[in-house]
Amino acid sequence: MQLLSSVSKPILTVSEVNSYIKMLMDHDPFLYDIWIRGEISNFKAHSSGHYYLTLKDESSSIRAVMFKSANIRLRFRLENGMKIIAKGRISIYERDGQYQLYMEEIQPDGIGALHIAYEQLKEKLQKEGLFDAEKKKPLPLYPERIGVVTSPTGAAIRDILNILKRRYPQAKVMIYPVLVQGEQAADQIAEGIRYFNKTKGVDVIITGRGGGSIEDLWAFNEEVTARAIADSDIPVVSAVGHETDFTIADFVADLRAPTPSAAAELVVPSQFELRDKLSSMLSRLYYAFNKGIENRRMKLRAFMQSTSFRNPMDMIYRNRMLLDQLDRQLEKNILYKIEHAKKSFGLLCGKLDALSPLAVLARGYAIVKNESSSIVKSVSGINEGDKLDIQLSDGSIFCIVDEVKPLNREM
Amino acid sequence: MNNDNKLSFEQAMKELEDIVRKLEDGELTLEESINLFQNGVKLSNQCSKMLDEVEHKVSILIKDKNGEVVERDFDAAPKEDLDEF
Repeated sequence: MQLLSSVSKPILTVSEVNSYIKMLMDHDPFLYDIWIRGEISNFKAHSSGHYYLTLKDESSSIRAVMFKSANIRLRFRLENGMKIIAKGRISIYERDGQYQLYMEEIQPDGIGALHIAYEQLKEKLQKEGLFDAEKKKPLPLYPERIGVVTSPTGAAIRDILNILKRRYPQAKVMIYPVLVQGEQAADQIAEGIRYFNKTKGVDVIITGRGGGSIEDLWAFNEEVTARAIADSDIPVVSAVGHETDFTIADFVADLRAPTPSAAAELVVPSQFELRDKLSSMLSRLYYAFNKGIENRRMKLRAFMQSTSFRNPMDMIYRNRMLLDQLDRQLEKNILYKIEHAKKSFGLLCGKLDALSPLAVLARGYAIVKNESSSIVKSVSGINEGDKLDIQLSDGSIFCIVDEVKPLNREM
Repeated sequence: MNNDNKLSFEQAMKELEDIVRKLEDGELTLEESINLFQNGVKLSNQCSKMLDEVEHKVSILIKDKNGEVVERDFDAAPKEDLDEF
């Protein structure tokens, strides 16, 4: 005030003017805390980490800066053309005499900042293939140890433990306690998942929390969480308790459960179903075995019931009968043959009688036999001195040949 | 729970299923069926024993003063250890 009302105007340096304007601006209650809507252009992320950009509307523009200390809290990336609402103060950069907006917070105009961040990260990870179905690992059928990365005091762990205890108390549960909301949450969750991978102490990991607003669930939408899940060699089931909304963790996880309870259901088999399965397998075992035995028994019975086994004497009897029959037949045949022979004999005797040489002898003929009892029919072969037997009807005369005189047929 | 000479529940179940399937398929000698059957009964007993004998165990991993992770029984863990969560 003194300066302005002074009659003899002093000459000021540039610095003094800029410094004065800065003081004015910095003390203005309106400029100190201001919200501006505009579109980003000339965006530059400087290597120092500070962001520089121009905010503009249809007819005007203003320079803006966001220091590293403020922009690290940004949950989405700034891009040219993006419509935003920025909160900050207007001040002057004394060196250039340029006033500008010092931004402390930026929200996307229209949709929420978190929403934008979510979409951006989702697109990025999807492009990297982190959501691919081939990347999904199968869950163990019967996990012996289950790692749970969640708050040890929340509703989620209670739900999970209740279900696991009822459904499959055989599995041991190891809880890695973490904060599930707030600034440290994502890092802690990622550390928990990495811990289980390092120690290899569990067969499957559940990570999640109960439902809440998008801000509450944010740890499960952060890149560090997503990467830890994607890098896990142990299958991870996400269990963020919001049935309808998917978190980034859900997309990266090997299996997404709609709630923590559902995750517990999905991770273990039911001991009751297992017992049923076991007893059904046991009855199948008995049945299959008994059937094998029964089949053999039936085959054996079929053998035993075959005639030769059932009545081994049958064949003997049958053959005996046949034998008897043959025997009888043989006897009959023999008798017949004998009878026949007798008849023929009688007949022949009659014939023989008719042809008997005795009758001829009685009429004066004789039968001459030589020494070998052959009948002599010719003089040839008879020599002097041979003994001959002359048989007559009433006896024999043994005589010695005195002379042989063949009959001369030519005479 | 699972040492080298003892089958895991999963292995035992799988073996039992294989045995049942083999027996159901038939085409075995009597000796083979008897051996499989005996093995199956043994495995089934093992499995149900495994289902019966296990108690529900829950532990929590807590960092001690030196930042080392130690395992404690969850139900017995002191409340103040969980306060920060």
